[in-house]
Amino acid sequence: MITIKEYIKAESLEQAYELNQKKKNKIIGGMLWLKMGRGSVNTAIDLSGLGLDTIEETEDTFVIGAMTTLRALETHEGLNVYTSGAAKRAVENIVGVQFRNLATIGGSLWGRYGFSDVLTLLMSLDCQVELYKGGMVPIEQFASMKPDRDIIVRILIRKTAGCFGYSDMRIQSTDFPVLNCAVSYFDGMWRCAVGARPSRAVLVKDEYGMLPEIPDSGQAESFARMVAETVHFGSNMRGSARYRQRLAEVLIARILTETGRNMA
Amino acid sequence: MSKEYKTVGKSIPKKDAQQLLLGKPVYTDDITPDDALVVKLLRSPHANAIITEIKTDVAKKVPGIVDIYTWEDVPKNRFAIAGQTYPEPSPYDRLILDRHVRFVGDPVAIIAAETEEAAHKAMKLIKVKYEVLKAVLDFRKAKDNPVLVHPEDNWFPPCEVGGDNKRNLVASDENHDGDVDAVLSECDIVIEHTYHTKAFDQAMMETFRTYTEIDRYGRLHVISSTQIVFHCRRILSNALGIPKHMIRVEKPRIGGGFGAKQTAVSEVYPAFVTMKTKRPAKIIFSRVESHIAGSPRHEMEITLRLGASKDGTIRAIDLYTLSNSGAYGEHGPTTVGLSGHKSIPMYTGSLEAFRFSYDVVYSNTLAAGAYRGYGATQGIFAVESAVNELSEKLGMDPTEIRLKNMVREGMVMPAYYGETANACALDRCLEHCREMFEWEKKYPVRDMGNGKVRCAGVAMAMQGSGISNVDVGSATIKLTEDGGYILIIGAADMGTGCDTILAQMAAECLGCDVSKISVFGADTDASPYDSGSYASSTTYITGKAVENACEKLKKEICAIGSEILGCPSEEIQFNDGQVIHLPTGKNIPLSDIAYKCQCFSERTAEATASHSSAVSPPPYMVGMVEIELDKLTGKVKIIDYMAVVDCGIPINPALARIQAEGGIVQGIGHTLYENLSFMDNGALIEKDLMQYKIPTRLDMGKLTVEFEHSNEPTGPFGAKSIGEIVINTPAPALAHAIYRATGVWHRELPITPEKIVFGEE
Amino acid sequence: MNIKLKLNGKMISEDIAPDLLLIDFVRKHDCKSVKRGCETANCGLCTVLMNGKPVLSCSVLTARANGQEIFTLEGLQEEASEFISFIAEQGADQCGFCNPGFVMNTIALLRENPDPTDDEIKAFLSGNLCRCSGYEGQLRGIRNYLDSRKGGEQ
Repeated sequence: MITIKEYIKAESLEQAYELNQKKKNKIIGGMLWLKMGRGSVNTAIDLSGLGLDTIEETEDTFVIGAMTTLRALETHEGLNVYTSGAAKRAVENIVGVQFRNLATIGGSLWGRYGFSDVLTLLMSLDCQVELYKGGMVPIEQFASMKPDRDIIVRILIRKTAGCFGYSDMRIQSTDFPVLNCAVSYFDGMWRCAVGARPSRAVLVKDEYGMLPEIPDSGQAESFARMVAETVHFGSNMRGSARYRQRLAEVLIARILTETGRNMA
Repeated sequence: MSKEYKTVGKSIPKKDAQQLLLGKPVYTDDITPDDALVVKLLRSPHANAIITEIKTDVAKKVPGIVDIYTWEDVPKNRFAIAGQTYPEPSPYDRLILDRHVRFVGDPVAIIAAETEEAAHKAMKLIKVKYEVLKAVLDFRKAKDNPVLVHPEDNWFPPCEVGGDNKRNLVASDENHDGDVDAVLSECDIVIEHTYHTKAFDQAMMETFRTYTEIDRYGRLHVISSTQIVFHCRRILSNALGIPKHMIRVEKPRIGGGFGAKQTAVSEVYPAFVTMKTKRPAKIIFSRVESHIAGSPRHEMEITLRLGASKDGTIRAIDLYTLSNSGAYGEHGPTTVGLSGHKSIPMYTGSLEAFRFSYDVVYSNTLAAGAYRGYGATQGIFAVESAVNELSEKLGMDPTEIRLKNMVREGMVMPAYYGETANACALDRCLEHCREMFEWEKKYPVRDMGNGKVRCAGVAMAMQGSGISNVDVGSATIKLTEDGGYILIIGAADMGTGCDTILAQMAAECLGCDVSKISVFGADTDASPYDSGSYASSTTYITGKAVENACEKLKKEICAIGSEILGCPSEEIQFNDGQVIHLPTGKNIPLSDIAYKCQCFSERTAEATASHSSAVSPPPYMVGMVEIELDKLTGKVKIIDYMAVVDCGIPINPALARIQAEGGIVQGIGHTLYENLSFMDNGALIEKDLMQYKIPTRLDMGKLTVEFEHSNEPTGPFGAKSIGEIVINTPAPALAHAIYRATGVWHRELPITPEKIVFGEE
Repeated sequence: MNIKLKLNGKMISEDIAPDLLLIDFVRKHDCKSVKRGCETANCGLCTVLMNGKPVLSCSVLTARANGQEIFTLEGLQEEASEFISFIAEQGADQCGFCNPGFVMNTIALLRENPDPTDDEIKAFLSGNLCRCSGYEGQLRGIRNYLDSRKGGEQ
């Protein structure tokens, strides 16, 4: 358990930002990963008083506050209608309801965790991360940035017309995924995010147009093979690089076919 | 079994159910003071090392630190922490703290602090210098390795079990019946393989914990989450060098044990602190400590030769077990015995010869201990896998091959100490399960499309009921003034429901409602001696003691009744809860009997009885599993797990069913993903519940458990045991189903999706 | 730092350490039903309701619970009593150590979804580990309770 010397519930983002410039201070999200750390924190900065815990749905965008819980993503009707249930599918196996009632989307993203289901999902969407100082950053760019002292304020998902799917492999139902993947089709192009490689998710776009709008299983398989061969996989206690590569091929082909079929 | 009982055989809720379900404070940490000294252990980062220097002076200056103890402060007599009947088969190879640390996690210093924060702060300030030694991490290379885990000269085995610390041997033996080599040479087919099972963790929800204080008589009072209060008292006496009568050990409710708490894992540390400081002390193992320094299953490698004729007659089994006891020998010499003695006898029906030999070795990994199944789980995985392989090779239905060879009622079992199967419904279990499961329909491999197939697997199991010629169960039953009873036991209900089951037996004997029986235990000061709750003994052994105690009490009640009426005691009969004067038919109220003992009386309306058994009647079981296996990802989804158990007469069918369901799910866990593995330096990888995954309710499919009754003549009301056998079928049944789906036999647990995809055996 | 929160309907004002976890705070306030089963937010034993939502009290800073309403099983005895005897009938309480967290999350489930399917029950309670019962008896108990309630309505 980390030790905390002082706790401040931020009254403004500016205050939170200023506090966060000190190395020994930390913003707390759901507290789930943070508390398992061993270090000491001077000031724990809590954003929970800033009204950042809601999902607002406008005509063309979902505006998701950084402190929104994973459970809220799972149960938000509009978001799940738009993503054909991919949002729910991405988070519903994360430990348990009580865990997801605490874990926040901001915390999940900030860590850029290799195992993150949320990052993989968002990478496949038309999504931007609003940083307090950094402004709007496309999710793909955010994922590759090194953590700095900025603050995630909101996540914006544009309701670009499209189709979405999510799939993962877990050995035990609520464990970390061995591999996860999210596919999407919008703006005339298929995209595929692969995470838990075990390092953080990467996005592969069908830039060469391998896939038609509605791919058949053969086309889906060739695309999946291409992704599996392009993306780098590593090994950890949950699976070897070789196994992950194999899983990527299988899971992506299946979810592409299924998502394409849904679009038809 | 045709006998009608009023209370026995009824599914009565557990006596503590309301308290537990309403979250009342009933566990060790709930009922002991919050301001007790916090006891923490500094643990070794090395797998094998000698402490050359340890400095605690700076750490001791941390505000709130009461004291810090090292190997220099503790008694020098070796002892065992295995909860076993004296003289223990487990070697005396422990000190409270040893200068020689033998696994990553072995305690180096005991910190006694006013607060947890102070203890943690001090822990970082203890300076230890180690001479790091080469470690024996691979148990296959342990025997006769030049690196000795226990080189010390005061290593002491209280029993001759073939151990030799100068060879890294905890135990070694061989026994046989018939000429196994000769029979094997005549067999048409011999299945020969090596099977490997890991050191699975019990992962009971309540970690190890103990509270100690000096009581009002100046004695050491221990409140601990333990299955073995009496053994615990002896262990503490040996460890601390204080007389046994100066120690009292009691257990409150226990948050699960599964055998883990049959070893005194946590008790010695706060007890030592209390003896030194004369202050209350408490140790609560973190989940990590519970994993890295707990008492998991013995890792075993079993090499098996199973010989049969073409028609499927199983003629000979030759089984050799190599068991990894880890850094200390707890339960090492005994668990290994079950790997042969509780697997081979299942094929008594046709077996002409068997040989069972074993070595139990030390290594520099965490010490193993007792875990539900206790070696039988490992042996049955090997034997049942081999029988399934035989049936697949011969193209015979695996249920038919079992019916052809299995042990049946009345048979003498040479591989089971020559005991006779007096109550055995294994054949009926198999027929019943086959029908309920619709085996013929589910056994064939069915293509579900998209790379998925459905198929089934089967396994049988046996266990024992108590340790024959060793275990002692006892019960005291006392009449209260209003005609109720207090049943006092030394067995430990760890959630299994034995308090309730034993009360049901008492109610049946005394002809009263079970609500009239209150249960107390276990407490070394108040309870009559009981070996404790392990080895599937409580229902069978202590149950019989309850029956005996009630019979004695009934006689005593009649004697008191005769004093009241001034008649010969033969004229009084206790029947169906009524004390009747036979000549007149007059009923003497039980309250009169009880009050009579409280006024000008030399009799008491209470009785104590003990029981021990020369036999350990096996329960039997058949498990069948239907899976859907994704050949492309290796994912195994359990559709249905069905089992039929012969535990004699189930005293409480609901509780027996839950035992079976719980055991099956634990078995599913260790078959498919539970694993304890080590880094190159000997540190455990799966050291918490984030990495050591146990099944959730999304992982076990649908469970169905039914019973076939048999009537065990030596058991109370015909009962045998159920607690352990239930964990034994999942590994071989799942390995079988996975073979059916993939054509590959997996002989090492766990069988992970990756191994399935790549066909790695 | 000073906080004020409502625990089981009672207002508490107290000086606390900034890193005090809610589980330790409620246990100190005699809510011993709240158990610690792991240190990694995996077991569900420490489930409490914060503003009506089930959360892991091992992962909530007490500081963050300032101004919130917390319920432990000590405060929901009546609501629990409606269904726990159905669990007891199955013998599914077993060792009992996971029971308070399981009962709390079942309360949360039934408030949110009064008539769940078996799959919905399993999904909602998947974060509540139990090592004794094998889960099936817990499911049967809840199912019997729901069925009995339907029987009562008819």
